[in-house]
Amino acid sequence: MKEISYYPGCSLHGTAREYDDSIRGVSKLLDIQLHELEDWTCCGASSAHCTDEELAIELAARNLVIAEKNDRELLVPCVACYSRLKAVEKEAKEHPEKVHFSYQGNVSIRYALDFFCDEPILEEVKKKRTKPLSGLKVACYYGCLTVRPPKVTGIREYENPRHMDRLMKLLGADPVPWSYKTDCCGASLVMTRTDIVKKLNDRLLSMAMEAEADCLVTGCPMCQANLDTRQEELEKETGKKYNLPILYFTELMGLALGHRDAKKWFRRHITDPMKVLRDKGLM
Amino acid sequence: MELNVQAIQKENPFLSEVVEASGEKIQACFQCQKCSAGCPIAYAMDILPNQMLRHIQYGHREKVLTSKTIWICASCYTCSVRCPNDIDIAKIMDVLRSLALRSGAEPGEKDIPIFHSVFLESIKSKGRIHELSLIIQLKSKTKDFLRDAGLGWKMFLKGKIKLLPSRFGGGKEIQEIFNAFEKEERR
Repeated sequence: MKEISYYPGCSLHGTAREYDDSIRGVSKLLDIQLHELEDWTCCGASSAHCTDEELAIELAARNLVIAEKNDRELLVPCVACYSRLKAVEKEAKEHPEKVHFSYQGNVSIRYALDFFCDEPILEEVKKKRTKPLSGLKVACYYGCLTVRPPKVTGIREYENPRHMDRLMKLLGADPVPWSYKTDCCGASLVMTRTDIVKKLNDRLLSMAMEAEADCLVTGCPMCQANLDTRQEELEKETGKKYNLPILYFTELMGLALGHRDAKKWFRRHITDPMKVLRDKGLM
Repeated sequence: MELNVQAIQKENPFLSEVVEASGEKIQACFQCQKCSAGCPIAYAMDILPNQMLRHIQYGHREKVLTSKTIWICASCYTCSVRCPNDIDIAKIMDVLRSLALRSGAEPGEKDIPIFHSVFLESIKSKGRIHELSLIIQLKSKTKDFLRDAGLGWKMFLKGKIKLLPSRFGGGKEIQEIFNAFEKEERR
């Protein structure tokens, strides 16, 4: 049994509940025990770094201090949280005087997608896969902060990442080639400049459909909410038909590993994935 | 490129302020425009990212700090990773937003700075973001009650809206973080 600390972040307790549930479900099937950080608080996300550098560092650092109390790795499913925590890790190394909390810099911060793409875990997935996702064409969408900036994420292939593609292939799905893997969906503007967000959404959804994807797969709660919830509204404005389910990679892992709650996760989506999954004989 | 910080400080206090706060070599920009070519939001900006760097070089403080661009930049870092001179433009945008807030100048975008302040207020009072409270607070400040009301209901029916905020125990530490920030802000 592998043990890991877990920092769910605010979204996973709200709009991204199915991400949280599927991570917990998949972890259990893979013999990974999650320990949610006690008394974790918000990382400050986009608003803190847009306001004041010191505030952004402090809000994120507080959580790393809690995580440092034991020597487990820290699993972080939300891309915004991950980016903020990693930024503090970098500051702690390069400008320790900027970090007021007594953080030693010893926590290994793991973004959920990177973590589940570790070789030993992939081996385990291969062994335990009971329902290959045959015939399901997926557009792997990495978004911005899972890969950028590489000086923070450490990702080498930041213009054309392929780790999610490899994971999807292992699950039996068919990742389609497309060129918008790391383009921004504008999620941080979703409540204020919805017009910009819709334009970016249209571009991403249209390109994924042009690549003949049955669904788009993400590991970011903001991208998911953003792309999932506005398709109907967008159809009225552009006259196009989208109906492209936006799934978490962990939901598809759960489906391929035969998790019995997978249906419950999919039911929470605004753009219903059930039809596509039924058509492919996966439900 | 070696920086002669003292020399620019005298000639161009705004440039030196941004260089110092960001640690970025803004003078190295030679206007190749790769940042603006790859920016997904450039179409909606009043000053393109490459123009922004030039304005900073020229010391156009007010123009920069009252622009729309600094607020609608989504911090996606596409510009930063593609700059041939390794200038972290997204980081510079963070510095500019922070300077704009402190300058007290009228921001070029109305709702976005309000969103950030409501977001931070929410962390200050609850430790975590409770999405429903955040939306209600934001709407009470922007007076835009109708936008996304239907969507909110749909999300509620799907069990995506948590009605009550979670309890948390780190209140004292969070309060201290915000006290330090507010003290700094008043200075």
